Amino acid sequence: MSFFRFILQNQRQVLELTLEHLWLVGLSTLLAALIGIPLGILISHRTRLDKAVLAGANIIQTIPSLALFGFLLPVPWLGERADRLAILALTLYALLPIIRNTYTGIRGVDPAVVEAGRGMGLTESQLLFQVELPLAVSVILSGVRVAVVISVGLATIAAAIGAGGLGEFIFRGLAMVDDSVILAGAIPAAILALGADLALGWLERRWRAR
Amino acid sequence: MQSPVANPVVEFRNVAYRIGDTQVLSGVDLQVQLGETLVLLGRSGSGKTTTLKLVNRLLSPTAGEVRVRGVPNASGDVIRLRRSIGYVIQDIGLFPHFTVERNISLVPKIVGWPEERIRARVRELLQLTGLAPDMASRYPHQLSGGQQQRVGVARALAADPEILLMDEPFGALDPLTRDDLQREFLSLQQRLRKTVVFVTHDLREALRLGSRIALMEAGRLVTVLTPREFLRSTDPWASAYVRAFGDGLESAVNRGTS
Repeated sequence: MSFFRFILQNQRQVLELTLEHLWLVGLSTLLAALIGIPLGILISHRTRLDKAVLAGANIIQTIPSLALFGFLLPVPWLGERADRLAILALTLYALLPIIRNTYTGIRGVDPAVVEAGRGMGLTESQLLFQVELPLAVSVILSGVRVAVVISVGLATIAAAIGAGGLGEFIFRGLAMVDDSVILAGAIPAAILALGADLALGWLERRWRAR
Repeated sequence: MQSPVANPVVEFRNVAYRIGDTQVLSGVDLQVQLGETLVLLGRSGSGKTTTLKLVNRLLSPTAGEVRVRGVPNASGDVIRLRRSIGYVIQDIGLFPHFTVERNISLVPKIVGWPEERIRARVRELLQLTGLAPDMASRYPHQLSGGQQQRVGVARALAADPEILLMDEPFGALDPLTRDDLQREFLSLQQRLRKTVVFVTHDLREALRLGSRIALMEAGRLVTVLTPREFLRSTDPWASAYVRAFGDGLESAVNRGTS
């Protein structure tokens, strides 16, 4: 099969682009988690903000990815390097599942447990770190998992603005009208998505069992 | 009403509580004496739970003040106040991700008791609440409802608070288990002499456990009577309650205290 031959002949580049892809997805998910989890915690406690924040994250989600990359291109510091831009866009897309699951997870903690904790004199931060977050962690993780899987797919489009990643093969294959080149990008991307899904799913179940 | 003896441990002074346009409580004056079990009796929505939550500041009054040990409870640190008051609720609210031992020892741990003292305290409390020592390593979902509420009581007693607030603690249990826990509550109270505020809508439970019964109706305190007085009362609300519960109430009356 020509696809395998292509992979074997371009091992180095396949590996390089896969690592680049992982870098794009990994960094953007990390940033999204660093922003999204605290934001989700905040809106689960200050419920006046919840509608606005979730609506904002939802709106970002509806922007077509190619258009978002395009919009960000003229922004000064970002536009200089395509990978910066791609990471920002991917971070924005990853926010919704992370914020929403953090919010849902914390709101889902049995109110009796929270009331008992507050009544026995836990401070709000003790309540958060010892009760609410441990009980919400598997729901939060499943949000991160969804974000990663979405990002792996979306990151292929980042190649359109020259940010690298496995999308390079896909776009090149499209230009060359060569299926085996397209597959050389698509199949490793699919494997990445599945692998991340399985790994985070395992982590999620482990946490739930505790 | 009884004449106030010495200094009340918990005191309500003309307390009102309102949410928006709804007046939940108004004009509540109440004194809870050291070592007594004061039962707040009333139907759903009469303001019992609200009254209870005003003591440990889960709610704050919109008028009047609540004093705990002679000091307005709004003046001090709310966290310290709550840690000095045990709190037991109908839905129990055990931490599902903690073992029984960790549930019980959470507050002592937070306030920095030494490890050895905590372990001894957990053992003592398990025994006091009628739980086998091997329960310590179980998780809440592995216990029956009655066992869970025993842990709830043990957890509330953990840091040895003088005051105990109990919000229909036995309300969700089956009649036999409830009977057991009521009996054990009485013998526990004989020994510990905590100042207890106990919410229930069950007159039989009120008569059995209460030193005094504070009857509430529509956000007002109707009357405060001993169980014996309650049964003979000519107050329309009190006698309505007695009629609704029918015969055989005499035998329920608390002989332990009062």
